[in-house]
Amino acid sequence: MVFKPVSSPHRHAALSTARVMQWVIAALLPGIAVLTWQFGWGTLINCAIATATALLCEAAMVALRGRSIRFYLNDYSAAVTALLLAVALPPLAPWWLVVIATASAIVIAKQSYGGLGYNPFNPAMVGYVVVLISFPLEMSSWLSPQSLLAAGTSHASLGESLAVVAGASADGWTGATPLDLFKHGVNGQLVDTFYAEQPLFSGAALAGVGWEWVNLAFLAGGLVLLGRGIFTWHAPLAMLASLALMAALFWDGGSSTSGGSLPLHLFSGATMLGALFIITDPVSSAVSTRGRLVYGALIGVLIYLIRVWGNYPDGVAFAILLGNFAAPFIDNYTVPRSYGHQRARRATEHPQ
Amino acid sequence: MRKVWETPGGIHPAENKHQSVGRPIGQLALPEQLVIALNQHAGPAAEPQVAVGQTVLKGERIARSGAAALHAPSSGTVVAIEQRPVAHPSGLPAECIVIACDGRDQWAERQPLADYRSVDRQRLLDTVAERGVAGMGGAGFPTAIKLATDRPITMLIVNATECEPYITADDALLRERADELLTGVDIASYLLGDPAERVVGIEDNKPEAIAALRAAIAARGADHAPVELAIFPTKYPSGGERQLIQIITGQELASGALPAELGIVCQNVGTLYALKRAIVDGEPLISRVTTVTGRACAVNGNYDTLIGTPISALLAHNRLAPERLARLIMGGPMMGIALPSSELPIIKTSNCLIAADDTEVAAEQPAQPCIRCGLCAEACPASLLPQQLFWHAQSQQHDKLEAHNLFDCIECGACSYVCPSNIPLVQYFRAGKGEIRQQRADKAKSDFARERFELRQQRLEQQERDKQAKREARKLAAEQAKAAQAASQASGDEAPANSAAAMIAAAQARAAARLASPEQQREKLERAIASSRARLERADANLAAASAEGADAEALKPLLAGQAAAAQKLAQAEQKLAALAEADSAASPATESTASADAELDAAGRAIAKARQAAAEREALSPAALLDRDIAALDKRLTKLRDKLVAADDDQRELLAASLAKLEAKQQALHSQREAVADGV
Repeated sequence: MVFKPVSSPHRHAALSTARVMQWVIAALLPGIAVLTWQFGWGTLINCAIATATALLCEAAMVALRGRSIRFYLNDYSAAVTALLLAVALPPLAPWWLVVIATASAIVIAKQSYGGLGYNPFNPAMVGYVVVLISFPLEMSSWLSPQSLLAAGTSHASLGESLAVVAGASADGWTGATPLDLFKHGVNGQLVDTFYAEQPLFSGAALAGVGWEWVNLAFLAGGLVLLGRGIFTWHAPLAMLASLALMAALFWDGGSSTSGGSLPLHLFSGATMLGALFIITDPVSSAVSTRGRLVYGALIGVLIYLIRVWGNYPDGVAFAILLGNFAAPFIDNYTVPRSYGHQRARRATEHPQ
Repeated sequence: MRKVWETPGGIHPAENKHQSVGRPIGQLALPEQLVIALNQHAGPAAEPQVAVGQTVLKGERIARSGAAALHAPSSGTVVAIEQRPVAHPSGLPAECIVIACDGRDQWAERQPLADYRSVDRQRLLDTVAERGVAGMGGAGFPTAIKLATDRPITMLIVNATECEPYITADDALLRERADELLTGVDIASYLLGDPAERVVGIEDNKPEAIAALRAAIAARGADHAPVELAIFPTKYPSGGERQLIQIITGQELASGALPAELGIVCQNVGTLYALKRAIVDGEPLISRVTTVTGRACAVNGNYDTLIGTPISALLAHNRLAPERLARLIMGGPMMGIALPSSELPIIKTSNCLIAADDTEVAAEQPAQPCIRCGLCAEACPASLLPQQLFWHAQSQQHDKLEAHNLFDCIECGACSYVCPSNIPLVQYFRAGKGEIRQQRADKAKSDFARERFELRQQRLEQQERDKQAKREARKLAAEQAKAAQAASQASGDEAPANSAAAMIAAAQARAAARLASPEQQREKLERAIASSRARLERADANLAAASAEGADAEALKPLLAGQAAAAQKLAQAEQKLAALAEADSAASPATESTASADAELDAAGRAIAKARQAAAEREALSPAALLDRDIAALDKRLTKLRDKLVAADDDQRELLAASLAKLEAKQQALHSQREAVADGV
């Protein structure tokens, strides 16, 4: 018989932080599979390099902070950051690019702020933006999707892929992303004419050959998480809705100055990855349901603004970081109305 | 069936109720000893009314309390009244009465009140308190106080929710004794002034209890007030008072408000059953239904348990396997307390004992960092943001905690339950509330001290000013007297031998000086009126209290005299004030002031005469008699001071004790002086 003074409650639900992270990793698998199918070994190599770097950096930082390495590595959060980066970076990117991105994410964005739960910015997006700004050339060389490769060629084999990652040229396999192509290739044509000319668009149902599949795979994975109750629908739906609204508002039927169609914005680039895997990161997002609606909507608008009027073809990473900046401010104004109160209070309100 | 509303948040932990409701409510063998804790209900502890060695009968009152008395659960002998460990979240021991049972279980005379409607409401409430009925669902709030609300009540809610896992005490009670519960509802109804609605709120996971209730309601005669059922989906914590009110009425109880403000009173099933037993059967609250469950016990079930039964006796009856016991919990797994020992007595609120094994309690794991996943906010029945509260509780930002409505947290534990990082959120919130309460108390105390200091400062300054004014007036009078004397000497008159004329002149001057400011005079009078009014009120209150206690005429006399004196003083002061006001409004203030100066003069003359007489008397007395008188006066002061000391609070006590010591020293000195004088004589 043991009589320990333990505080109630005496029972606990089964879900643990490690289990949450494991579910996120599982939900990323369809996206990783489609990326590999469309773009070859590169994504898997990215995953391997990023995961190894992330775990090493996490262990080193936790050791430097004098904490238990085992306890902190067991929460799987470093692996999640690594995989999110791996699917966001171009396949066959040079190995050092992946290492720099991952190390920046773990060392700077996560551990130097105090580790899991204390990072104001999404680590994966910080890592991504570090390399996006520092190495624009490497970051803009994506691969052509499977079906657009020249006749008779196929993806780089595992050996070739490893050689490219180690520094060889990837020339035979490179190709623009739909957002890149759309931003820099329209050149005064009507969208319809442009789409017809470009095999990347003409062969696609929604928004670019291969890319639409990648986005649908991330959407599917995200819906599984939503079904499991890992996150709520508020932020993703608000982000997708506000992005769709912006696209619909500024879609002028396809003139040469059009901002891009609604499917193009929803199903290309990192839209679905961002909506279902990045902005749902609870640590760096707003906390209340109302706050998450505002947070998601803000990011959706920012994505559109950066894509259409900014310098970068895709704006998800920047938009999310700006959203992270705004999250504490949003929290201040979106404290829910508690039971028995006439109105919601503000977080900075002083007690009477 | 009634429409029900949905509440936000909530969780669905495994129910684990079936283990303990399979059998009818069991009876237990009489234990050798019963330990009755004196702090079983909210409010101050009860006062024992028995002495060690005294024999008591079952149902005899053994401790008195204004709100809920305590009774001997069985007949026997009081063997101890001492501190014993009890089941309290603080872990502190409490004063207990220990009764060694004689095994006869012999009842004291019972006084059933089957026709309770013929009893006056207030007297019936007193009987409820007298027979020890207190809330049996949670906090043990005295039922008589809850039912004595003076607000108009429109709905009596019977809380049959029992939303915590494992507990089935109310469920079992409803299955077997629904008719008695309904009688309890009728009694409560009468005490509440027959509210328009009586609603039993029950979760849909108790179909047998619902059926029994339906049958009992159908079997009631048409002359009984209708009782409705509100059946709602099972969700923890639907049984929280605020949640239940929202489920049944759709209304939210304002933060910090009591249900009576919405015209609602909630009572637990066990409480209403105890109310019925207490009134209709004349049996005070000496037993309750307790669930004994958990995998460490071979048998699970519900039992009619005497208050004071040792928990170990219940566990032994249910064949506890000590090696399997991982945690012993009193209450449910969500809000119950882990007991430090099995040698504790059952109290009125002990609805459940869980002898949990390893598989039934959460393994103790270190808390991981909060990832702000928000599961806690989804689970919170009060729509708080536990993740933000946790953040601020950790950094002790009390104003932020209050801005996030910490005090609306009902400590249900739903947030801790769902937290994937294993953070003991409720514990943080309890601690945060405690800190804020402590801070508020400290602040109130320091504010009071500051106020007192400032007032004292003001008073001292005022005194200094008054003294100064008096000094100046005296100086002026002396000068005038001197001048008058000089003048009379100069005019050749025989100056009187004593200086009575001078003194009178001085008094006149003083009176004039005082009269110089009627404002001050009025203020003084007003102060006098206020204080005599307060004295009168006090005297009235004393008198009322004394006559309520049934003091005889002889005892009332001094009180009456005191009241009369206070009234007279008040009347005098008021008269004076009126005179003053009249004087103010009078056309010629000069004459008036002369008149009152004359009066003053008379008074001064009288005072002088009195002082002379006193001096003469003093002269006439022998030193020994003088000392005796001083000693007598001092003794009087000492007695007074000692009386005051008894009634004083802590702050005053120190001061009073200090002055008492001083006086005692003085008394000592006087006594020795007296002895010396006596020896000399």
